[in-house]
Amino acid sequence: MDAINVRDLKKTYAGGVEALKGLTFSVRQGEIFGLLGPNGAGKSTTVRIIVTLSSATEGRVEVDGVDVAADPVEVRRRIGYVSQNTTVDFLATGRENLHLQGQLYGHSGAALDNRVDELLKLFDLESAAKRVTQTYSGGMKRRLDVAMGLVHRPKILVLDEPTTGLDPESRAVMWRELERLAKDGGMTILVTTHYLEEADRLCDRLAIVDGGKIVAQGTPNELKATLRGDIVQVEIAVGHDAEAAAQLLRSTPGLSNVIREGQTCSAQAEEGAHVIPKLIAALEAAGLPVSHVAMSRPSLDEVYLSVTGKSFTKADAAGAAGPRGPVPAAMRTAKPGAK
Amino acid sequence: MKFILDVFHLLMRQWRITLRMPIFLVVSIVQPITWMLLFSQLFGKITMLGAFGSSYVQFLAPGIAIMSALFGSGYAGMGLLNDIDRGVVDRFLATPVTRSALIIARVTHACMTVGVQSCVILGVAMILGARPKAHIISFAAVIIAAALLGGGMAGLSNAMAILTRRQETMFAVLNFTMLPMIYLSSMIMAKQLMPPWIQTVCKYNPVDWAVTIARGGFEGNDWFVWRLAALAGYTTFFGVMATVAFRRYRQTM
Ligand SMILES: Nc1ncnc2c1ncn2[C@@H]1O[C@H](COP(=O)(O)OP(=O)(O)OP(=O)(O)O)[C@@H](O)[C@H]1O
Ligand SMILES: [Mg+2]
Repeated sequence: MDAINVRDLKKTYAGGVEALKGLTFSVRQGEIFGLLGPNGAGKSTTVRIIVTLSSATEGRVEVDGVDVAADPVEVRRRIGYVSQNTTVDFLATGRENLHLQGQLYGHSGAALDNRVDELLKLFDLESAAKRVTQTYSGGMKRRLDVAMGLVHRPKILVLDEPTTGLDPESRAVMWRELERLAKDGGMTILVTTHYLEEADRLCDRLAIVDGGKIVAQGTPNELKATLRGDIVQVEIAVGHDAEAAAQLLRSTPGLSNVIREGQTCSAQAEEGAHVIPKLIAALEAAGLPVSHVAMSRPSLDEVYLSVTGKSFTKADAAGAAGPRGPVPAAMRTAKPGAK
Repeated sequence: MKFILDVFHLLMRQWRITLRMPIFLVVSIVQPITWMLLFSQLFGKITMLGAFGSSYVQFLAPGIAIMSALFGSGYAGMGLLNDIDRGVVDRFLATPVTRSALIIARVTHACMTVGVQSCVILGVAMILGARPKAHIISFAAVIIAAALLGGGMAGLSNAMAILTRRQETMFAVLNFTMLPMIYLSSMIMAKQLMPPWIQTVCKYNPVDWAVTIARGGFEGNDWFVWRLAALAGYTTFFGVMATVAFRRYRQTM
């Protein structure tokens, strides 16, 4: 049985925003599953339906075999939720925050006290446990958020961008902890993130969501394998027409998926080393001086770029709007169950 | 059982918030005392008109308790609005907590703070010369009337918070309701001296029910049982209204 099973999920908000347009994926027991996608893709909406905070317009969600619409209370017992923004109680101490959270799950007495101590230690909050959380740093609040999601020892933990706003060091610590929970604790983890590199390294499987649909799904390696060859990047000297360069790249044999971001054009090449010298020569001949050239193996960034048409950083900054790039046919459709 | 425990735990949280905001605490005590001193100076000569009993402070004390109950809990919805905006309500809703406990705890907390506030006000009034004629019963009448009115107002305030979802709108609506409710009651003016139409309006004003109960009890007159029942009905009505509004809010998410 899957830990989380989402079938044909659709959600239209009051006011008519179609946030989800038929989403299907499943998270297996004990794995870390990543949900990626640009702003407004529908990640939070999906997560909020899974944790029973919002209801689906159509479709079906099962958590640990329990239908969220039919028995939400049981789902709440089995799942822990960490929302996108911190939700700590400002006027309570770290310990009080955890304690109340445990009480609402029906825990009490020495067992709860011990659990709270354990979590404070685990998330390095012991020394600040008696301080009102108003005085906590962003990272400390985030760690407390995650600790609160764990207080009732859920089988499944759902985190909405747990590492956004953390410094690299704190992000690494957070991921190490999530990995440990999954590997040693047997916990299933569903996590949304904007950090592709982390997702690549730490997720067992992931799905990329865009415009309320899954546009790609699989293990990080499977996703990268769908992009053959190399990624070639050329930067055109400032003051020269980069769009003309992009046109030139598009008509160059052996290059595909050409995308321009400012002065930089990137493309997929079957054999990068082969095509680069010719490409530079052609660009120079056309009066388009090249200021920088790079070649790399496809990373998750390129996968993301090719399925959403947005480079990651740009998508992050510019929101959901943006040009659609070419999408490789193999990845275009959501394939339920594609492993 | 789970419901009672949930209300209890959330109530403890509300008290913690109250106690950690000492400014609020001070204001909610100092303000009524200021009103009392000010009004008894300003309207001191009014007793010459008769119909105010022995002294104006004696007349005013229960009224000030009721007024403070109204103002003190009128802004109760602000806390809920903050919790909604900060995602605290969502965090609670993702646990198996009984949904209605989230509202009932707030209404109960308002009743309790108003009760404490009334005790302080009566204490100060006694220093200024007011005398509860029926001892413990007098105190009970004022505190119960204030608590019931405060609870109902907290219900209305929470409902407004959920329905408007904006602090400014909420304040506008509440200010617009609270001030007329006070002036269209016998809080500062004896009923016999009001124009007939205001006397009629008073009959339908929960603030006047509360003032009449509190003053009647304070003077050792009878308790106006039917008014008490009406006031309890008003509290229940707005408590339920807030709970229903909250349910609607959850369903539109
Ligand atoms: N309560 C709401 N009412 C109306 N529309 C909403 C609501 N919440 C989200 N939306 C819309 O639904 C779409 C998906 O939003 P969602 O928050 O799920 O995206 P996301 O993938 O989590 O984005 P981000 O990366 O910015 O967190 C967006 O177009 C958003 O504007
Ligand atoms: Mg989101």
